[in-house]
Amino acid sequence: MTAYLIKGVRLLGGDPADLLIADGVIAEGPADGAEVIDAEGLVALPGLVDLHTHLREPGREDAETVETGSRAAALGGYTAVFAMANTSPVADTAGVVEQVWRLGREAGLVDVQPIGAVTVGLAGKQLAELGAMATSAANVRIFSDDGFCVADPRLMRRALEYVKAFDGIIAQHAEEPRLTEGAQMHEGEVSTRLGLTGWPAVAEEAIIARDVLLAEHVGSRLHVCHVSTAGSVEVLRQAKARGVRVTAEVTPHHLLLTDELAASYDPVYKVNPPLRTASDVRALRQALVDGVIDIVATDHAPHAVEDKECEWAYARPGMVGLETALPVVLSVLGEQWDLIAERMSRAPARIAGLAGHGTDLTVGSPANLTLVDPSARRVVDPSGLASRSRNTPYAGTTLPGRIVATFLRGEPTVLDGKAVK
Amino acid sequence: MIKHLRSAADLDAETATLILDTAGEMAALAGREVKKLPTLRGRTVVNLFYEDSTRTRISFEAAAKRLSADVINFSAKGSSVSKGESLKDTALTLQAMGADAVVIRHPASGAPHRLASWVDGSVINAGDGTHEHPTQALLDAYTMRSRLGTLAGLNVAIVGDVLHSRVARSNVLLLTTLGASITLVGPPTLIPVDIAAALSPATKVSYDLDSVLPGADVVMMLRVQTERMQDSFFPSAREYSRRYGLDVARMRKLPEHAIVMHPGPMNRGMEIAPEVADSTRSTIVEQVANGVSARMAVLYLLLGGKA
Repeated sequence: MTAYLIKGVRLLGGDPADLLIADGVIAEGPADGAEVIDAEGLVALPGLVDLHTHLREPGREDAETVETGSRAAALGGYTAVFAMANTSPVADTAGVVEQVWRLGREAGLVDVQPIGAVTVGLAGKQLAELGAMATSAANVRIFSDDGFCVADPRLMRRALEYVKAFDGIIAQHAEEPRLTEGAQMHEGEVSTRLGLTGWPAVAEEAIIARDVLLAEHVGSRLHVCHVSTAGSVEVLRQAKARGVRVTAEVTPHHLLLTDELAASYDPVYKVNPPLRTASDVRALRQALVDGVIDIVATDHAPHAVEDKECEWAYARPGMVGLETALPVVLSVLGEQWDLIAERMSRAPARIAGLAGHGTDLTVGSPANLTLVDPSARRVVDPSGLASRSRNTPYAGTTLPGRIVATFLRGEPTVLDGKAVK
Repeated sequence: MIKHLRSAADLDAETATLILDTAGEMAALAGREVKKLPTLRGRTVVNLFYEDSTRTRISFEAAAKRLSADVINFSAKGSSVSKGESLKDTALTLQAMGADAVVIRHPASGAPHRLASWVDGSVINAGDGTHEHPTQALLDAYTMRSRLGTLAGLNVAIVGDVLHSRVARSNVLLLTTLGASITLVGPPTLIPVDIAAALSPATKVSYDLDSVLPGADVVMMLRVQTERMQDSFFPSAREYSRRYGLDVARMRKLPEHAIVMHPGPMNRGMEIAPEVADSTRSTIVEQVANGVSARMAVLYLLLGGKA
């Protein structure tokens, strides 16, 4: 195993120092024989952890595979990603989650942790075999029907209760389905102008309110996926103040983009939950700083060209995000490195109980880290993405920061901004 | 001149007035023995209809033919579209065939905007989802101007299912651009959120038809789909009709000069009483005739290279 001496790197943006990696961990000198990496001006962060990634395999390998998604993740500075369950077949059995987990191991670019479905076939009718997935080789701890809300309150209660047996967590896509029938974008001034059926903010807020009460009632852990409204933030703020065991995520795109972009009818901006208003964006940013929202998660949602190059109403929702997440967050938060490390690495690893990730880069810690050049600016070119899909809303946008290198257990997955394999 | 007519918002007051003036000239043609101009000879207009709409399609077809354009009617039913061909692939086919203008009717809001990004020719929105129907607004504006002499300062009440009405959206945009004031009337469930901010600040909302009628110069009744009742937008057809239907008693509340409009097809007895629809105040038949003139004006100005 090669040793690496990363010279003059700024840990979490601090003073320049040398960082030695040997035998897969952060080591102390001597650094004899180590390969030297000149890291002047670069910032070292613990490897990023994404709790919300769609890798599309099995089923839609034309849009993404575990390998191509892993490569995109590594290039985005990630060392671990959680693969959502809405594959085909759905990841609702031990067999499918183990398949995804093994494909991730074979790719070897990031740790791929499968998320199991809460209900069979994501149908919201019957609990999936949550225990079998938890005790499988994939060691599943997060369960979600993402893309679909577990709308039945009794089933949601049962799911929350059941996963307590193995310290599981239910990650909810909060969307009251009756309030969003036919919905195409955020309900408001823009949807009225465009004649697109609205997805009202209250459809998210009502489910979050219900779920935090359920989680409180049964003493379980709830994680709220991709929070998108100011009202949701207030519900979460109150729940956390009461001590409810709830955590929440926000996507980079909900921190930056607004529903006004839909005016082009370009489905690259179609996402679920939809882009909201500027005041929602302000509330989400503040909540991320305050800690009411715990983490940033990408909701990386690759789609084939034909699923996006069509009428808005027929397009699939979602956008790719692994390779642009850190630059977008950097553009929103500025160089608050410790906050970024907390929201994009430490907290997601802690929520998921993922050992070896999200740890400070101290001697003896696993060498899962990423090196960022904060002075670089990059114009996003969709054709240059490693993801198999190109549905980025940032095409042609200049974003700050460049991922220079990523290390997974001491081995580089990205060097000089390029994937190693 | 604008290249596309995707939305009534594409039209400023000057352009809209030019279209209405041109429609007047086109209307004069209808009185002649030979109802045809050579203006668009050699140009190809495609009617690309993803929804059934005999009335609008025939109107556009007549307009294009009276201008001597070659017309291709392309219905999605029974075509490659029903076999799964995408709008983009259809657009590229039309492009290859040299379509100078594509008139598109589509169930998805924004489809004309997408189409315009894929073809070189002009795109004319003939109704997209619950978004807009700008040539309907033009023919309505033309009808109002013909009857009442002006649009500036008119009080127009648009009554009924505004939420799902592309006609209402286009009319609000066009009429306020031309100086009219709009009051949208209907049950709160059928009035879109933030409508004034979305379309025009010169838009008011009322849930009480009776209070609006005495001040209205124009009452435009919208068609109510019976499935809205199943979706609980209102409790029953009877209740809707009692609260928002235009019957003879209500018509009497209108000022002497006021007119009654409807984009058709009507639910007689539901949103409009037969006596009202057939009264001298009603412009419903005129609207159909004016539709051809307005669409001729649009095709002429978009493709004729004038102005």
